[in-house]
Amino acid sequence: MTHSAGSPHPNHKRYFFEKFGLTERLLERCLGQALSAGGDYADLYFESVTATALGVDEQIVKSASQGTSAGCGIRVLSGERTGYAYTDSLSPERVLHAARTAALIASGPAKQPVQGFIETPSANLYPIPLGGFDLDLAARLELILRADRAARAFDPRIVQVRASYSEELRRILIAASDGAFASDTQPLCRLNVFVIASQEAITTKGAAGGGGRAGLEQFTGNKSPEGLAHEAARAAILQLGAIPAPAGEMQVVLGPGWPGILLHEAVGHGLEADFNRKKTSAFTGLIGQPVASPKVTVVDNGTIAGRRGSLNVDDEGSPTQETVLIENGILKGYLSDKLSARLMDMPNTGSGRRESYQSIPMPRMTNTYMLAGEDAPEDILRSVKRGLYAVNFGGGQVDITNGKFVFSASEAYLIEDGKVTAPVRDATLIGNGPEALKYVSMVGNDLKLDEGIGTCGKNGQSVPVGVGMPTIKLDKMTVGGTGR
Amino acid sequence: MPHFPAQSDLTGPELETLAMDVVALAVKAGASDAEVAIREGDEFSVNVRMGQVETLKESGSRGLGLRVFLGKRSASSSTSDLTSDGIRQLVDGALALAKVTEDDPFTGLPEPDEFGCLSGDLHLYSEDVYSLPGPERIEWARRAEAAALAADPRITNSSGGTFDAATGRRVLANSRGFVGGYRTSYAGVSASPLAMDANGQMQRDGWWSSARRLADLESPESVGQEAARRTLRRLGARRVLTQRVPIVFAPEVARSLVGSIFEAVSGDAIWRSASFLAGKLGAAIAVPGITIIDDHTMLLPTGVGGFGTSPFDGEGLPTRRTVVIENGILRSYLLNAYTARKLGMKSTHNASRGLAGTPGIGCGNLFLQPGTLTPEQIIAEVSAGLYVTSLMGFGVNIVTGDYSRGATGLWIENGQLTHAVEEITIAGNLAEMLRNVTAIGNDLVFRGAVASPTLRIDGMTIAGA
Repeated sequence: MTHSAGSPHPNHKRYFFEKFGLTERLLERCLGQALSAGGDYADLYFESVTATALGVDEQIVKSASQGTSAGCGIRVLSGERTGYAYTDSLSPERVLHAARTAALIASGPAKQPVQGFIETPSANLYPIPLGGFDLDLAARLELILRADRAARAFDPRIVQVRASYSEELRRILIAASDGAFASDTQPLCRLNVFVIASQEAITTKGAAGGGGRAGLEQFTGNKSPEGLAHEAARAAILQLGAIPAPAGEMQVVLGPGWPGILLHEAVGHGLEADFNRKKTSAFTGLIGQPVASPKVTVVDNGTIAGRRGSLNVDDEGSPTQETVLIENGILKGYLSDKLSARLMDMPNTGSGRRESYQSIPMPRMTNTYMLAGEDAPEDILRSVKRGLYAVNFGGGQVDITNGKFVFSASEAYLIEDGKVTAPVRDATLIGNGPEALKYVSMVGNDLKLDEGIGTCGKNGQSVPVGVGMPTIKLDKMTVGGTGR
Repeated sequence: MPHFPAQSDLTGPELETLAMDVVALAVKAGASDAEVAIREGDEFSVNVRMGQVETLKESGSRGLGLRVFLGKRSASSSTSDLTSDGIRQLVDGALALAKVTEDDPFTGLPEPDEFGCLSGDLHLYSEDVYSLPGPERIEWARRAEAAALAADPRITNSSGGTFDAATGRRVLANSRGFVGGYRTSYAGVSASPLAMDANGQMQRDGWWSSARRLADLESPESVGQEAARRTLRRLGARRVLTQRVPIVFAPEVARSLVGSIFEAVSGDAIWRSASFLAGKLGAAIAVPGITIIDDHTMLLPTGVGGFGTSPFDGEGLPTRRTVVIENGILRSYLLNAYTARKLGMKSTHNASRGLAGTPGIGCGNLFLQPGTLTPEQIIAEVSAGLYVTSLMGFGVNIVTGDYSRGATGLWIENGQLTHAVEEITIAGNLAEMLRNVTAIGNDLVFRGAVASPTLRIDGMTIAGA
């Protein structure tokens, strides 16, 4: 084993070596077994996760739970083929057995992994403040109790409040037949508030949340328990007076921050390299072509300290980076992992991620956002004669192949003669990925990243992600309401 | 390729003993009540793309979850480490957590006289799902994809064909004397082809067959051909104008409406008043033709248990058949022990239990009873409207009933299916949609635990060009 100079935290590795009795010799033997029937590449992915959750409901601390899981996934690549096996027992026999199972994907003479691992130098984006099982539960309970009190005090029409806190510490160790070796300890926490408001016959809900790869000190300002509680309560109260959303094509202004989910659905997934390698994406073959207005530049950046979507290394042990996806409207690049980088002869962008040791890694987003433009947000709104101003969203979805995507507005308003007027009820917005961003005519100077609530699903695997955007104006987009 | 049999160290009875041992350990350590769930599973999956194996996965895992009570306080913990050290940490951790929770007068296990287990074999497990040798499993996936690729020259690409098999075991035990366990099995085959039209526009769709018994799977060829048919009919899709027309939901999307009704009658949403159906028990909430039943005891016509069939629920109560909506009248919510106490009612034996956390509400085989019309008859009655074949997004608000989702399908003109439609939304409100169901098909088929025949709903808005 060689360490690059100044490697910041070799103790991630020590955790596995000491707790589970791993040795470099065992890792080499497993990789040898994995390549015993040939293959181009093999890797071992050890994972140990501890998770804790606390909930206040009806002013009572009703729930508390914790979980631990550990396991190892073994992958063998042979051409375009992937063999995969995993075990939740880290005993040498079980790991070696899994390696032999994964090896069956190849059929040829045994190959030798390179001797000696080289540790990936990695960033330190989330100094580890969280404590696993030694954590201070009282401080965490205080967060949700404060949120509960603040939401109830916001307005007498708030009739139900539920606040929850969850936290996990994920330790990973990756060793590969090409000599790559990486380890990391990844904290992730989140505070959520959910409320019900009621007035006469009308009942509505509101929700807000925030978090990231940082300690409790992050829960201040907008992300303080009071800030999140007020946000959830305000949204629910607002919906009590909402009118039906309009239906049809119109000008749409999206507020800053979480509405960046537009980018995640409209372009992000379509630019993941696996879909483009297989030519199943609506963006296939469009590199160098205009796919957005010249005002649009979109990046995916896994290196922002403390963000929910950030990682020191991806789940193949490669360093994460900032990748330009769209620059001034021109499609620049895809998000790739080791397999797609090799098969497509393109750089690895450090985007190989997986949900757990039971999952095969694939190209995924980290934090995806649009860079700020020059327009003042109030000028953007003032420029719209009739349209929709959407500032908060639920989930979204995309059909990679035909490019059609949806995202559902949970807080939106009519714009009439340049003024924001009546709040409207929930409505889904729909568009076509390679076309939608061509209608971006104004880009605000107010870039904001979301509060740390995003979870992205692909092929049944969920991973935490971030999004961001300044205020933008789309000259046309279809709004799926029921009104005129 | 040799087949490695699934790894399993403990038999079913041994796992039940382990569960009871952990319950006893928790009680000995101070818990006033305890409940243990164990889940064990093995999976095999292969994806073949353009005739070549793309991914091959084979593995197994298990986990144990513990819920403890200290009077009216409770907490839970889960682990994948079933060694004695791991179990000790699990018990200590759960009890330590319970001490930070507060009294909730409605918490607790069900009463001892409520527990039970359906007798007789529900046929949830069949060994044959793993009976195919490795090369033949790959061959099933290859055949499904090949049938799709061969169906039409416009099918030019593919996301692949798959074959999956899985077995699982669930065990539940508690300190009030319940212990039970059962095994389940699953096999599935699917195809997901891409078609391209003359303008270079691509479309993808897919089809699948799944069953508890390998012998009940449809042939890979029929799955591939149906996947191709569904993909080809998307070609040439265009938008339609914003308008209000009748919408005909194909069974594979109508079932998602039944799923939304499930969420709306779930006890957790009801006691919080977080459902548009809260407080509506006994009221006419739908047209008289609508009857929705949740049946955990059902055997399919093949004699095999449905995907929602099980001998006991997540809290150890014997499963049953519950009429949720009868001729348009809301007859029952779906409740577990906790939500029943909150509402002053009895559990409907609908508890669901993961490893971690408190029990939720789960449905069994949940279905809308079929009517008499064929889907063709329903479409033939529509002069202008939309036949919806897939839905996108999460735009269903159970609290308000507001419904707005992306849709694709086929345009209906003078009772005939014409061109494909995409990039539109359909919107309405579930409370109104239930009252505007104007036709119910006779085509109820269980492709999963939740099923519906074809439905026609009037009064919804299409947003398009």
